[in-house]
Amino acid sequence: MAGLELLTDQGYRLDGRKATELRKVQARMGVFAQADGSAYLEQGNTKALAVVYGPHEMRGSRSRALHDRAVINCQYSMATFSTAERKRRPHGDRKSTEMSLHLKQTFEAAVMTQLFPRSQIDIYVKILQSDGGNYSVCVNAATLAVIDAGIPMRDYVCACTVGFVDETPLADLCYAEESGGVSSLALALLPRGGQIALVQMDARLHQDHLETLIEAAMTACKGVSKVLDEVVRQHLQEASVLSRE
Amino acid sequence: MKDTPLANCERDFLLKAIEEKKRLDGRQTYDYRKIKITFGTDYGCCFVDLGQTRVMAQVSCELVAPKESRPNEGIMFFNLELSPMASPAFEQGRQSELSVKLNRQLERCLRNSKCIDTESLCVVSGEKGWQIRVDVHTLNNDGNLMDAASVAAISALCHFRHPDVGIQGEEITVYSPEERDPIPLSIYHMPISVSFAFFQQGTYLLVDPCEREERVMDGLLMIAMNKHREICSIQSSGGIMLLKEQVMRCSKIASVKVSEITELINRALLNDKTARKAGGRCGFAESMPQERITALKMGQRSVEMTDVSETASSIVQTAEAPLQTVPSPLVPVPGVGQVGEGLCNAWGLEEEEEENEDGESSGGDSVAGVTKMEDEQHKDDKSRKVDVVEILDSDEEEEEVVILYPETTKKAKLMRRGQENDSEDGFEEEVSENEDDMEHIQTKKKQIEKSSDDDNDHAKISVTLMSKNGNSSWFLSPPENQGRPLAENGFRMTPPIKYATSWTDDN
Repeated sequence: MAGLELLTDQGYRLDGRKATELRKVQARMGVFAQADGSAYLEQGNTKALAVVYGPHEMRGSRSRALHDRAVINCQYSMATFSTAERKRRPHGDRKSTEMSLHLKQTFEAAVMTQLFPRSQIDIYVKILQSDGGNYSVCVNAATLAVIDAGIPMRDYVCACTVGFVDETPLADLCYAEESGGVSSLALALLPRGGQIALVQMDARLHQDHLETLIEAAMTACKGVSKVLDEVVRQHLQEASVLSRE
Repeated sequence: MKDTPLANCERDFLLKAIEEKKRLDGRQTYDYRKIKITFGTDYGCCFVDLGQTRVMAQVSCELVAPKESRPNEGIMFFNLELSPMASPAFEQGRQSELSVKLNRQLERCLRNSKCIDTESLCVVSGEKGWQIRVDVHTLNNDGNLMDAASVAAISALCHFRHPDVGIQGEEITVYSPEERDPIPLSIYHMPISVSFAFFQQGTYLLVDPCEREERVMDGLLMIAMNKHREICSIQSSGGIMLLKEQVMRCSKIASVKVSEITELINRALLNDKTARKAGGRCGFAESMPQERITALKMGQRSVEMTDVSETASSIVQTAEAPLQTVPSPLVPVPGVGQVGEGLCNAWGLEEEEEENEDGESSGGDSVAGVTKMEDEQHKDDKSRKVDVVEILDSDEEEEEVVILYPETTKKAKLMRRGQENDSEDGFEEEVSENEDDMEHIQTKKKQIEKSSDDDNDHAKISVTLMSKNGNSSWFLSPPENQGRPLAENGFRMTPPIKYATSWTDDN
């Protein structure tokens, strides 16, 4: 993709955003009645659906139950129609498993699992449309779903993918930018304490730029957390209005 | 096979040592274990020893059609196998979480960083290209498989040579190694991964954890870099929460380590090259050191002994006094005795007991066991009626003991006696008690025999209590113990037989 200019001289990106601008976030909580918690989140063109069941009794092997905390079971999948080309994605393939593991690791750090020993919390995330930043959108959607389920968490878990082009960090990459060989860093953050739940980076980046990139990622995550907070409060307001009537 | 769980004391020991900046093998916090790289006889085969962790990487190539999305590039394929020979916890064929994690990390470290020029692997655009396959097998797991695997993979790739290919029009000729020298891969840079283990919620950090340290760690941060200080991959795993400063510090440490390791790899490659040129023997077998025991002698080692006695005495002084085993708080009164294994014997018939014990202990136990089964059921509901005194002995948590009062005790004892005698013929007990007791007992015995039929409505406790090793401790309850709280099931029963009694088989 040598022809595409990922960052013009005026500082505009492919979709007209500025370097530190996030994509438009739209979210809904309580999408499904059946699940304990559910959320739908759109970040630009990437759409993800997250569903939470739990905490409930351990299903499957009881031996995997932990005596002092809950087990978090995550499953990540992409819909076959989510990418430009329709691809059949078997569930057990390595990328999905890796994503599921990362999600599990992220939420194990954030959810207060000590309150539910010997139980299991299931988080299922599905990407309905993939346009870059899959992991981040999944984490954000899952956060909303966990909040909708009423499971206590230490803080919002916000994630964002940032890239580095021309000495400038670009926040919230879209697919074109990601596949352009840009070094991208995905960061899951608990905004209040500034604690990083997961950091993941691919592609080459010089060490000196690492600090700026992480800083940019943290700022972007804090921006996302504001949006998520807004969404949660709005949802609560709507729910309370309805229940009052 | 499931991994043996780590004992709590071992875990605590490891964590404590880490807090004091000590590691099991004496390394410093940022020290790597000794890395040894050896190459096999074929091009592309590499063994890496990271301390005791051992992995093997093999690179192979094949001419295939390239992918449609990238017609003028070759294909790179990475595979890491967790072989069961590395650790009993690894199972053949099962793709465990660790296997997926390591595979993906290796792929991201080598593929996404574009360390190999894939365009040079293309032979005919859109039709034929080289597929390079890197297989890494773990041979021994002593922690930090990721680092060892990355070193092995990149060394093997550097060592590998693929056959030369000639194209004449439509024809593609693959030359064998004898015809034309094989061509090495064009490698831009060498990404090496460095693993950092975090302990105590990120307070302590160790580089290159060994297997034990991996078991107690909270999480792992893997940073892959090359010697040009370019970060190829960062991945945090485990449920730890990091701070930005920690990540920055780790990246600085990683850059130092990576340059050292790259130096090592280059030296190993050079050595191998010269060895091959010189026609010398090379390969894995050659690299194994020949360990021959030539003498059974261990060298003298000096041990620091200057203040051993002081530290030892200070430890002894500050240590707590050993726990005293409290014998049963029963206070014997005349007419009541206490006998038991290992407990203070207050029966007053020491001499006889010693004689009888050996001969009868085994018999007594088995019988006691039998009777316990029978009687327990209908004795439980009796417990409420009986004033039961709880006697807890440190040795006897598993025993149900019915404490009976002197009359009932003797009665029960008599009853039991009767039952036992019925069940086991020829069982003889000798008792030497004082005369009064004898009489009392004899009278009671008769009473009991009469009432022996009404088992159910008398507190005839003949529960025998057996502790788990088959020894029974028996108590007769003294009257002083009345009013003490009730035990769980309320019973404490006096067992029998092995102790001197005057019951003989003359019911």
